[in-house]
Formats: sequence, structure tokens, C-alpha cells
Amino acid sequence: MPNATTIALIPLLPLAGFLLLGLFGRTAFKNSAGIIGTLLLLASTVLAVYTAYDYFTNSSVDFYRREVPLQLTWLRFSENLSIDMGILLDPISVMMIVVVTFVSLMVHIYSLGYMKGEERYPTYYAFLSLFTFSMLGLVLSSNLFQMYIFWELVGVSSFLLIGFYYNKPSAVSAAKKAFIVTRFADLGFLIGILVLSFYSGTLDFNTLIARLTSPESSELKTAVTSSFLGISGLSWALVLIFIGGAGKSAMFPLHIWLPDAMEGPTPVSALIHAATMVVAGVYLVARLFPIFAISAPAVLEFVGWIGAISAIIAAIIACTQTDIKRVLAYSTMSQIGFMMFALGVSKYGGEEGLGYTASMFHLFTHAMFKALLFLGAGAVIHYVHSNEIKDMGGLRKKLPITHITFLIACLAIAGVPPFAGFFSKEEILLAAYENNTPIYWIALITSGLTAFYMFRLYFGIFWSKPSHLSQMPIHSGERAGGEVHKGEGGFAMMLPLILLAIGAAAAGFIPFGKYVSSDGTPLETKFHLVFSVAPVVLGLTGIFTAMWLYKKQNTRPDKLAASLNGFYKTAYNKFYIDEVYLFITKKILFNLVGKPAAWFDKNVVDGLINFTGNTTQILSGKIKKIQSGKVQQYAIYFLAGVIGLALLFIYVWK
Amino acid sequence: MNLLLIILIPLLTAVAVLLSRNKQQVKWISFAGAIAQLTLSLVLFFAFRNERAAGNTAQMLFEQNHPLFPAWNINFHLGVDGISVAMILLTSFVLIAGVLVSWNIEKMTKEFYFLLILLALGAFGFFISLDLFVLFFFLEISVIPKYLLIGIWGSGKKEYSANKLALMLMGGSALILVGILGLYFSSGRSFDLLQLSKLNISTSTQHVIFPLLFVGFGVFTALFPFHTWVPDGHSSAPTAGSMFLAGISMKLGGYGCLRVATYLLPEGAKEYASIIIVLSAIAILYGAFATMMQKDLKYINAYSSVSHVGFSLLGIAMLTQTAMTGAVMQMVSHGVMTALFFAVIGMIYDRTHTRMVGDMGGLMKVMPFITTVLFIVGLCSLGLPGLSGFVAEMTVFVGSWENADAFHRIATIAAAASIVVTAVYILRAIGQTAMGPIKAEYLQLKDATWNERLAAIILVAGIVAIGVAPFWLNDLLKPAIEVIMSKIAGK
Repeated sequence: MPNATTIALIPLLPLAGFLLLGLFGRTAFKNSAGIIGTLLLLASTVLAVYTAYDYFTNSSVDFYRREVPLQLTWLRFSENLSIDMGILLDPISVMMIVVVTFVSLMVHIYSLGYMKGEERYPTYYAFLSLFTFSMLGLVLSSNLFQMYIFWELVGVSSFLLIGFYYNKPSAVSAAKKAFIVTRFADLGFLIGILVLSFYSGTLDFNTLIARLTSPESSELKTAVTSSFLGISGLSWALVLIFIGGAGKSAMFPLHIWLPDAMEGPTPVSALIHAATMVVAGVYLVARLFPIFAISAPAVLEFVGWIGAISAIIAAIIACTQTDIKRVLAYSTMSQIGFMMFALGVSKYGGEEGLGYTASMFHLFTHAMFKALLFLGAGAVIHYVHSNEIKDMGGLRKKLPITHITFLIACLAIAGVPPFAGFFSKEEILLAAYENNTPIYWIALITSGLTAFYMFRLYFGIFWSKPSHLSQMPIHSGERAGGEVHKGEGGFAMMLPLILLAIGAAAAGFIPFGKYVSSDGTPLETKFHLVFSVAPVVLGLTGIFTAMWLYKKQNTRPDKLAASLNGFYKTAYNKFYIDEVYLFITKKILFNLVGKPAAWFDKNVVDGLINFTGNTTQILSGKIKKIQSGKVQQYAIYFLAGVIGLALLFIYVWK
Repeated sequence: MNLLLIILIPLLTAVAVLLSRNKQQVKWISFAGAIAQLTLSLVLFFAFRNERAAGNTAQMLFEQNHPLFPAWNINFHLGVDGISVAMILLTSFVLIAGVLVSWNIEKMTKEFYFLLILLALGAFGFFISLDLFVLFFFLEISVIPKYLLIGIWGSGKKEYSANKLALMLMGGSALILVGILGLYFSSGRSFDLLQLSKLNISTSTQHVIFPLLFVGFGVFTALFPFHTWVPDGHSSAPTAGSMFLAGISMKLGGYGCLRVATYLLPEGAKEYASIIIVLSAIAILYGAFATMMQKDLKYINAYSSVSHVGFSLLGIAMLTQTAMTGAVMQMVSHGVMTALFFAVIGMIYDRTHTRMVGDMGGLMKVMPFITTVLFIVGLCSLGLPGLSGFVAEMTVFVGSWENADAFHRIATIAAAASIVVTAVYILRAIGQTAMGPIKAEYLQLKDATWNERLAAIILVAGIVAIGVAPFWLNDLLKPAIEVIMSKIAGK
């Protein structure tokens, strides 16, 4: 068993990278920053894989332990409540450290080529390291509040990386949008934590789960019986926490930041906005899954529906977008929707817990093929210097490695056997079929759409008619800082593509249920050939439709769009959800709350203070004439006073 | 550890500044004095910890008591507990940073530095006094320098702002004085904080005196609706003036609210807690919304200060151990953070000659150091973990949540909602100043000078020290808060 220090080094090495490159990168490591960051992460990856290997092979019993090799009190609020900095090892956290370090390593290597010559090259690697540290801290957290801390830190790293091209106004506003939308969701998370800790009297995950799942616990009884607006305290807590997760995972209706986040450098999108950070919400629900499943099944069903709705909405929008990164962003949202509703339809323990395993499995395979898709898209964008499909086309000969790996990733996400996505998606569909029929049908339609939009992308980029941009043999790259480059961007960019492609092709054969299951006992996943027919046929239909429409340039797509006029336009405009938000923030918050508050402060509150001051001045101005210094006047006042008093004494008081 | 040193060093520095012959001497003497004071504060901190670790559980450490005016029972009674030590540390950090950022003051340099150090002297004396009369004396010492600092070295409508600030603070002082005298006469003529805390002042008397003291000190710490000196005062003050106002002066009020009003008059505190909670929740949220609409960097930070110090008052009025600890943490955190924020704003203004966010943009390109500090302080303000603001705010939230009724819950949620609004205005401010395309006329601007760098690094070290390792501050404050809490619980 690796000791606590070894495991602690997994997140701490990237932290060291961040500090080193952040403080001295600009001066000392101008050119070596990438290598330093990558090497540190390589060490971290090796440790993570070693930890995972040890964890999954060294287990003598047939279930996997939850252990806390390290726990330090960081901030003690009261007797029971404290934020601890700890490490929690269980199957999902071990799986996640492997995913995070591996994908991050791929992105680090890829960026050696992609970001070469960038002015703020050291800063870029510093931010990447910060993100990796935060994400690893998040998945290893042993304490709910600790998770919140790292949750915020991944949020800010995401902000910094989306806004990396800081002189581009669109990047700045995308970064702000991402941070603020997720912050809003985090408010829910925070209040959820407060509610949950109040009922359970602890913030520690293990104690929390133990107290809120055993039927005899008094904490659970109070949490379930107390109610606010007819909903139990526990349900409130879990719903609020889920809002936090939904924000990070770009679930409807908090997804609006994700497509804009594509303003960041493409490798960043691959790492943060496809493979790791955006699945944090899924991970959060999975982390608290026993509480959801045992004590609040209604909330879990809610989670399932949010996931399903997000999955299909995103898939529909993805079919209409023309910016390849945005298509991928919506596809990410859709796939996370799959993971989310897989959790939603799952139950706790045994065969019933298939959805949980399937969700984690899909998270794992999705990280591979989606990171691959983004990095491939990055290579394409690197080549044509545009994000629009119309500027691409016919690139399969120019970018052969990118083409093949991209195709593998598309087959994987479309659920074509035997690629990775097939296995995980099949499990998800089976779980939905067994527990929630409406969600199953939504999922089935969505997987058909997935195959369609992915191959629309594939044919649009690599087949179709070449545009003028994809014809040019040599490009001077903006991102490459004026350096002339040719072809696919070198070994550093191709190696990650190949490694990820192997993952996307083969990850499905991992007997995932053996390692990860809702209650820690191995789950035998079986495949029903009959069951697989419908999704696979639907997937193939999607692929062939896309081929018919987009393989060669023709007028069919336009005709189709025209025939779906209203619906197409609505989907193209992302169902106008952004506009609704804009209305709420600009019109309501700014104009109806912010402006009146500022006005009120300036005119009413401060006005009263000024009024007091002015009144005092005016009053004193009025009475100052009395103090004229003229003795004659004083004598008259005196005389008048004497007469007045005399009259009083004579007539009033007698 | 002799506490007299804490006021002696600033006093000697101030005198030496007056006697010095040229600007260079003034600056270096002030800097040396500030370093000495910072060192002394750190020595005090460690001496205090050692005493506590050695098992000294006395409420106040390093006490000394000299009769000052026996006929009225006024004594020069000094002593510190964890809260005072934290405040002294804060003041020394802000003092040295303030001295450093004022390095290029050309106008009446000697007088400027003298007033600056005098202001700090008042604060140091205030935090170690255990006699209400002496405490009040030091409080007043810190008011007059502010008036002059703004009135002489300020900008914009400085006369108006200086008058407003001085008059409002004097108004607050008047209430405090009446309150202190009320305590004096109702307690059989004692100004001594420790003696007063042992007396049982009748509930009805407490109900009368508490609002006088709380509102009086509240004016200093921007208690809604007596906060309007803050935006004008800060925006007119010179950089170091704003730093001291927000970083030190507002903390005098918070400290007084806790140490004098709440500690000595717990029944009064219980009686009025709900009103204070409402007022501070309003200040937090409404201050945040008002900040959102500001366009001037100094106004942004001034309004955001109103919002942030609201957490201190909220924490105090929640009357739980955790929330109160959070309140003091927030005072320390906000003190360092806001001083840093004003320092950075000053640095930017010195270069761009504008404070309007709309006129700037892309400054990251030419001043990476300054904008990085701006990022750090902005993120601290919006409560990023790892920086001090997060620790303080979360402690207040968790502590507030210990009150289980709907009223406290709603107030807590309202206060917590401000973290979203804060994110909006901070990111707007940072986005418009540091990011975006840069204007051609700014391309020649230079990054921070050595003194600015040093000032920023010292303050950043402060917020990181609290943010990364909050336990030392928590441990420091806990026993002191426990004393206050047991008094509130009536033990």
C-alpha cells in the first residue's frame, strides 16, 4: 500500500509546479516551463497509476475499502464541525486520480506543441498545474467542505484558463460568465453544505454517509422529519448540493457557460471542459450516492430527469452548431447528462446499482474519447486557423493521424461496438430501461442524435469539399507566435492523440463493474445481445444519415434546415436560453436592483446625512444673529426677558 | 513583553519624523519605525502564544495598570488577549504597507508621515487599552489625522469628504462617550473593562446603554445606514489614507462593538441582536448591489467594504462562538485585503491617472506585477479558498447557521447570496482594468517600483497566511471569544 505521503504527492507535485512556474516562470523558465510542468505531472501520473494498481490488486477481500490515510484539521468551527484536509481512497476517487492525471498529462504534452511560442507560455503551464492540483484535491477530498474548497479552486483555474487570451474581449466575458454562473450554483452547494452539516453534525464524508443512511440514526430521523415548504430538510440539502453539481457539470438550465468557455485554448477545453472539471458534478452526486439513493430517492429521480433533459436538449443544439468546438461542448453536456441520469435511475446495492457503475464507467470512457475529440479538433484548428466547419473539409489527407484518431473517437461516442463508448452507454441504457422507461426513450433518441451530429462533424471536417483555408499548404500560425509550421504539428501533438485513441478504442473492455459499484461489492455486468440491437441500429442510422447529408457537398442539409425552419432556428439559437439569462441579469438585477440600490444610497441614505448637516448649518445661521456682540441688543434681550418673566409670574403662576 | 513598547515605538517614530530635516530622512525614519513595529508585533504574537502554551489562562496577558487620574478612577490599564493581538498584527501590516506606498508623496512629506504614524499610534493604543477612558482617548487620536489626511492630501471633493467623515465619526464618538459615561455612573464609577465585565449591570440599563455604544462604534465600522462617510471618504483620501481608513480605522469600530458594547452589555446585545442582523444583512447585500453599479475603482472598493464589514457585524450579532470568531477573522482579513486593494488602486491611478474602469483595459500587458496583485486581492474579496476572505466568511456562515430559527436562516442565506454579487462586481472591475485590449497611450506604462512591490508582497503574505493556514488565527482568537461567549451565556 502506498503510504499517505506518496498519495499526498499526487496533488502536491502539480501545486509545486504552479508555485514554481507562477513565481519564477516569467524570469527563470521562459522556455523550459512546459517541460518542467510536464515532468512534474508525469511523476504525479506514475504515482497515481501505482496507487490505483495497488488499490485494485492488493485487495484481499471481495469489496473495496474506503480508507482515509491522511486527515489534518484545517479549520475547526466547533466541537464537531471542522474542515479537514484529508485523502479519501475508494474506487471512484482512485479511478478519478488516474483519469485526471492521465488526461492532464496528455494535455501537458500536447500543449508543448500547441502553445509553443506563446507569450505567456510559463503562465499557461502554471495555470494548468493549478487546475490539476485543484482537481486532484477535489477528487481526493475526505471532507465535504474540503471538496467545496477545491471546487472553488477548479472554478478559478477554469476562469484563468478560459480568459487566457486576456486581450480578447470575448474570452474575458466568457471567463466571467463561466465563473459567475458556476458561482451562482456554488451558492446552492454552500447552503446545502450548511443544511447537511447542521442535520448530520459532521462534514466528514464517511461519518456523513454513515449517519444519513442507517435507519436507526437519530440524525437521519430529524433530517427527514423536519420540513420546510413541505420538503424535508434532507431533500433540501441534497437538492441544493446538486445545484452546485449541476452548475459545474453544465446541466440544464445552468449550462450556458460551457459553450462560451470554448474561448479558452483548445487543450484547456479538452482537459477542463470535457474530461475532468465538468464531470465534478457527477462525481459529487456519486460521492454522496448512498445518501441520495437510500434516504432521498425522490431527489435522485430529480437528478435523473435533469440529466435526461440536458442530454437531449444539448444533442439537439449540437446538431445545428457550426463552430466545431461548440458542437463538442454541447456533446459534452449531453454526455454528462447521460452520466447524471444513469445515477438518477440507479438504486443502491447489487444488481439494482447498475446505473451507478454505468455512470462511472461512462465518465471514464468519455474522458478518453472526448479529450481525444478536443485535441483532434485542436490539431484541425491549428491547421486551418478557424473554428467553423465551413472553413474545413477534405482534411483527411492533410491530417492523416488526426483523421484516424478522430474517427475512432467518433465511433466511440456514437456507441459503435467494440469501441469504449459502446460498453458504457449500453450499461446506461440498460439501467434506464430497467428503472425508468421515459428516460430510456429519451436516452435512446439522444444516442441516435449523438451519432448523427458527431458524424456531421467528422464528414464536415475530413470529407466534403475542401475550403480555401484547408487547401493552403503552409500556414504562419497566430497561436504559434508567427512560427511557420506544416502538417500536423509534430510529435508532441500526435503522441497524446494516439495514446488517447488507444484508450477510446480499448477502454470498454475493462471489467468496470468488478472495481466500481454502488455498494463496494463486485457487479457482474452482462450483455444482452438483443438489447443492444436497437441502440446500435439507431446509431448506425445516425451515422449513415450524416454521411448522406455531409460526405459530399450538396444542398440536402440546407433543404433539411429549411423544412424544419422554426425548430431549426430555435435550436440554432440554443433555445434562446442565453437571452433569458441576459434579460434576468441586465434588465432585472442591474436595472431593477443594482441601480435603485446605488441611487437610494446616494440620494436617500446619504441625502439624509447631508440634510442633517445642512439643516444644522441653516439653523445655526438663523440663530447666529442673536450672538451679534452688540451690548445694546443684549440689553434689549435682557429687558424683554425680565418683562416676560414678570408677566409670567404675575398672570400665569400668580 | 512590555506593552508600553507598542505605543512607544510609534510615538518615538512620530517625534523623530517631526525632528528630521529632509524628505529622505522622514521616509527612512518612518520605514524603520514601521519595521520595528512589525517586528514588535510579531514578537508579541509569539510571546503571547508561548504564554498560552505554557498554560497561562488569564483573560488578559501582559497586563499593567498605572493610576492616571485617581480622583475619577481613571487608570492606564493595558493588556491583550487574542483579539487584540490579531488587531495589533493587522495594524502593523497596514502601517508598513502604508508607509511604503506613500514613498513619492511630495507635498508636505513630513506632516503626511507624522499624521500617518499618529493615526496608527491611536489604533495601537486603542487595541491594548483596558480602561474605557484611555480607550476613548486613543480612538479620538485616530480621528483628527484622518480629517487632515483627506483635507490636505486628498483629491476630488476632498473638503466635503473630510468634513463629512470627521463629523460623522465625531457623532459616533459622542454616542460612545455618553455610553461610556453611562457605564461609569451605573457601575459605581469605574472605567475598567475587566471590572465592568464582572459587574451585573441591570438589564434595563443595558438596554439603554447598548445601542449608544453599538451605534457609536458602528459608525466607525460602517453600520448601515451610517456608512455614507465610507465611499466619499475613501475616494477622496490619498492612497495610504484609504488604506488606513479601511484597514485600521473601520476595525476600531468593529473591535469596540465586540469588546465594549457586546462584551460588557450582553443583555443589550441579545435585545438588539435581531435589529443588528437585519441592518448588517442589508449592508452586505445592498452594499454589494450598490458596488455593482460603481465605475470608479475606489468607489467599488469602498462600497464593497461596506458589504464586507457587514459580515463582521453580522457575525457579532449572531451571538455564537463560531460566528463571532468569524467576525473577528473577517475584521483582520478585510483589513489586510482592503488595504491591499486600495494600495493597488493607488498604483494603477498613479500610472493611468484615472480610476474609471471604463477608461482602462489590458493593463496586464504592461504591468504584470500590479495586475497579478489586483487579481489576488480581487479573488480574496470574492472569497476564493486559499485566501483570507474565504476563511472568515465561511466561519461566519457556519456560525450563523447554528441558530436554527427561520429568521437567522434567512439572514444567513441573504448574506451568503452576496458571494455571487461580489463575483460579478469583482470580475467586472478586474476584467475591465486588467484584461481586454490595451489602449495605445498605456503601452508606455511601467510596472511596480521596489517600494510598491514590497508593500504588496507584505500584504499578500498576510492574506495568504490566513487563507492557507487559518488554524493559527483560529487558535489565537478562540479563548478570547470563549470569554465573551460565556459572559453572554450568563456564566
